[in-house]
Amino acid sequence: MLLPVVAYYLIFHYAPMYGAVIAFKRFMPNKGILGSPWIGFKNFETFFNSPYCLRIISNTVLLSVYGILFAFPAAIILALLLNEIRNPLFKKTVQTITYLPHFISLVVICGILRDFLSLDGLINDFVELLGLERTMFLAEPEWFRTIYIGSGIWQGIGWNSIIYIAALSQIDTELYEAAKIDGAGRWKQMWNVTLPGILPTIVIMLILRVGSIMTIGHEKIILLYNPAIYETADVISSYVYRKGLLESNFSFSSAVGLFNSAINFVLIISVNRISRKVSETSLW
Amino acid sequence: MGEKAFDWFNYLLMIFLMFVMIYPLLFVAFASLSSPSLMLSHKGLLLWPKGFSLESYKAIFNYKMIFISYKNTIFYVVVGTLINILMTTLAAYGLSRKNVLLANGIMFFIAFTMFFGGGLIPSYLIMVDLGLLNTRWALLLPGMIGTTNLIIMRTSFRALPVSLEESARIDGANDFVILFRIIIPLSMPVIAVMVLYYGVGHWNSWFNAMIYLQDRNLYPMQLILREILIDSTTDVIELGGSDSEPIAQTIKYATIMVATVPILLIYPFIQKYFVKGVMIGALKG
Repeated sequence: MLLPVVAYYLIFHYAPMYGAVIAFKRFMPNKGILGSPWIGFKNFETFFNSPYCLRIISNTVLLSVYGILFAFPAAIILALLLNEIRNPLFKKTVQTITYLPHFISLVVICGILRDFLSLDGLINDFVELLGLERTMFLAEPEWFRTIYIGSGIWQGIGWNSIIYIAALSQIDTELYEAAKIDGAGRWKQMWNVTLPGILPTIVIMLILRVGSIMTIGHEKIILLYNPAIYETADVISSYVYRKGLLESNFSFSSAVGLFNSAINFVLIISVNRISRKVSETSLW
Repeated sequence: MGEKAFDWFNYLLMIFLMFVMIYPLLFVAFASLSSPSLMLSHKGLLLWPKGFSLESYKAIFNYKMIFISYKNTIFYVVVGTLINILMTTLAAYGLSRKNVLLANGIMFFIAFTMFFGGGLIPSYLIMVDLGLLNTRWALLLPGMIGTTNLIIMRTSFRALPVSLEESARIDGANDFVILFRIIIPLSMPVIAVMVLYYGVGHWNSWFNAMIYLQDRNLYPMQLILREILIDSTTDVIELGGSDSEPIAQTIKYATIMVATVPILLIYPFIQKYFVKGVMIGALKG
């Protein structure tokens, strides 16, 4: 019964892993994978010596780190704030509405973003109102990170808070009772009961997040970027896409992709190990 | 006393948050129903359509690709989700039984793919080698089983009592019968959640279509959307008349509405299923 399933994974997940071997070759489509000459780490050398290497690695890391700094706590804070709302109807309404952006397609969100941020778009209307000059936000490198992270928070804060809300509901109410008897006010309760209660969840989510620092998804970047802002917007995955599929430089971009996967793998294993030593929670 | 103030602050914050979440869509909705020429001179927030007009929608519906791609998306959603559910259920069931040979090994084999992959280019080359480029299968096969979904399903199958299976076996049932007659009917909530997860995934997907498809007649709707919204190739849509600039704006809004309204309509009904799915996965996994 499991045969087709195993076959699926073999074909679509493991075979590409084998195909990654072209990172070490100078791939010639007509010769196929096995027939192409082996050039060892040449592709990797080219990548590391390229003027763009530092830029795209730093962009990838920066976007991820900013995401962790801002988007990650935002969801937790939302869950905590929602937890404090007494009116069940209001709470439900807020939840329903904040989950909504998650289901809107990325294409639509980027379309709306592009429109609002254009020279005669909504955002610039406000800028003008404040007496400042209209700016072409999506053409200025400095703005990209804010736009990317901000829209990420807009889309994800509600959905990402679900896990924490679930964890919050699991905290034993007796702990709250005990705290109240000991004279703890709301803040003390949050600090001593709530936060420790959801700490395991937070740690696991953080591990997953850190483990994927190097894989800033290419889809949103590709939808938002343009050559004018490559210096802050171009990340490893969008670079791989451009070099590989648009410029047909297969082995080179495979090398970059492989580099990416390898770092990722090491990251997630290390973060998991560290977390296992520091707290008792880990992915496995 | 500070508690009261905090409560007020919280409520206000939530209301502001809800406004920020909804308003962009409201703006797009109002703008799509507005007169194109009036929108050109408009600045700032919109609280209702300006000069009610259905021109933009008429222009959209005159564009044949909208219909073709809508049909395609529906095809991918229906057929794709069917394949997803079939394969995931098969896998989850097979892996949930403790007496299956190599179950743990296969599970590791599968889970490993969550952490390491061949990359974009090798995957693309595999598709080329399999002859799947420019076919509908290119959108239906690669994502056939979502590993996180698989884990959620397996967890919920494991929670079912073994005695059910045992008594069925005594009655002479084989694996497939057990799966289809017993396990699946009992797992409808989880399956419903999976249908929604996969379904919405298919509805919103565009990247695979972009890299694997060249025949425009196979394009899903999101890809056409991308052309209109991001690439700005709106020269194919004409409203007639001399002003083509203002027209482009409201047409974009109308297209967004056409693509998103279906999701918005079913959203209130399915929302609780999604949340349940996350809970099942989070708490047991």
